[in-house]
Amino acid sequence: MSVKIKATNVTKVYPSRSGPVYAISNFSLEVQEGEFVCLVGPSGCGKSTFLRILGGLVAPSSGEVVLIPGKADAPLQNIVFQEYAIFPWKTVIDNVAFGMEMRGVPRPLRQEIALDWLRKVGLVKFADCYPYQLSGGMKQRVSIARAFANNPEIMLMDEPLGALDAQTRVVLQRELLRLWEASRKTVVYVTHSIEEAVLLGDRVVLMTAHPGTNKAEFPVPFSRPREFALTSTPEFGRLTYAIWQDLQGEVERAMEQQQ
Amino acid sequence: MKPISNLDTETRDRILSVAFPIFLLALWEMAVRVAWLDARFFPPPSAVVAALGKLIARGDLLGKLWLLPGLVSAGDWSGAQKVIEEGHLWVSLFRILGGFLLGAVPGVLLGVLMGMNRTLRVSLDPVVSAVYVLPKIAILPLVMLIFGIGEVSKIMIVGIASFFLVLINTTAGVRDIEPVFLEAGQNYGANQWQMFWHVIIPGALPIIFAGLRLSLGTALIVIIAAEFVAAQYGLGYLVWFSWQTLLTENMFAGLVVIMILGAASTIGLQAIERRLIPWRRDDHQVPADVSDTRYSGA
Repeated sequence: MSVKIKATNVTKVYPSRSGPVYAISNFSLEVQEGEFVCLVGPSGCGKSTFLRILGGLVAPSSGEVVLIPGKADAPLQNIVFQEYAIFPWKTVIDNVAFGMEMRGVPRPLRQEIALDWLRKVGLVKFADCYPYQLSGGMKQRVSIARAFANNPEIMLMDEPLGALDAQTRVVLQRELLRLWEASRKTVVYVTHSIEEAVLLGDRVVLMTAHPGTNKAEFPVPFSRPREFALTSTPEFGRLTYAIWQDLQGEVERAMEQQQ
Repeated sequence: MKPISNLDTETRDRILSVAFPIFLLALWEMAVRVAWLDARFFPPPSAVVAALGKLIARGDLLGKLWLLPGLVSAGDWSGAQKVIEEGHLWVSLFRILGGFLLGAVPGVLLGVLMGMNRTLRVSLDPVVSAVYVLPKIAILPLVMLIFGIGEVSKIMIVGIASFFLVLINTTAGVRDIEPVFLEAGQNYGANQWQMFWHVIIPGALPIIFAGLRLSLGTALIVIIAAEFVAAQYGLGYLVWFSWQTLLTENMFAGLVVIMILGAASTIGLQAIERRLIPWRRDDHQVPADVSDTRYSGA
């Protein structure tokens, strides 16, 4: 196992009328190759900002972020956005093939790969539909397939299931487990759900309330492949409760800040 | 309240929307016949239709089209062009479409640039806003001073009017694109050119089209007004001249043609829009409104 992501003392400051606002402050994270790390914190703690820094969309104000490339022919990282980030003007298959199209993969090959991923997420029938014809859960499958089809070394997931209803969410958590366990890519997964983090992740990293910094870390000892049944075990309950006890204070602090 | 199925409502709406205008026209016709309305001011629909027929038959509206086959087979192209140039409808249509293209194409291009480039936008915004609020027909004298009283000034005034509407809407359309689409484009490795074609243009297209629709409507207004005062041909001239000579049937006939032109251009642009923007939700349900509740009188 080698280090894939190394972020050291990352700080992001935004200027505002009432002075500088710290989105994140001295946050550090190291992720091993093939590790699934879940980032959990109260809302407004800057976890999405940190993910955007990893994804190269936002420059850190200070600190250092290094993603270590392995294979030369694969993209280094891609973000799985929430469902509304798939392009409404592209058909489902063109959305899934988007990254490959940008990299100049010839059309027949990228269509074939995209179709293969649509098969894996059960959307082959909808290949030529436009997103408005899909439900929220289906759109999120497209968003996930878009990232997997581009085959990046690192996947950065920004609350990908956050907007879904509870039942659809469970279905997609299972699909995500299945897809990831087949590929074992390096993943940083931002969520506000402790249960989701424990079900999916190898390690749960807690952030403090705004401005976000390192709070605590919990290794998740459960063996893989995992099933949703795991959530009904006492061990699962004990771990999620332990994490909640640690996070509770931060959540209360975040709520006070927002008043 | 008695239950109404969707189909019933739809059929009833359709019948009403056709039958009531026909009823109004019949009422108008009757009112003139029994002399409630003065036929000199409000010629009956039948007279307007007759006048329209006469305008076409005399070659005023569409030119002397029956001369065309002879002229074309004789190879007299300038003669054929002259026939078309004597039809009020063709003249107005040419000015509208010519001016519309002249304004819309640079309007879209500059609008995209302004939407993407802050420096350009902040510098040009005050100028654009200032000129935008000016009714474009007000600068017709200036345009005629620069481009003369010929065809060019009429096309220019339509072009100027279209340009600003398309420009403002395109800028708004580009700025209105959800940032997350730009982030997705960037994160999946789109270069500037790919960003332009795959994200910015399609993302702004619905609002660009709203601007095109508005500017085509404005083009019609502007050209009619310009033709009132400064033309020998065109639908505006036909209406104005008919008023001056008190040929009110011809005036109404001209208005009917302008209405048809307005409707046709809207329908045409909608057809293009449906082709270019197939991802737009387009459900044909009868929308429920307040008149469907039990509180309404119907």
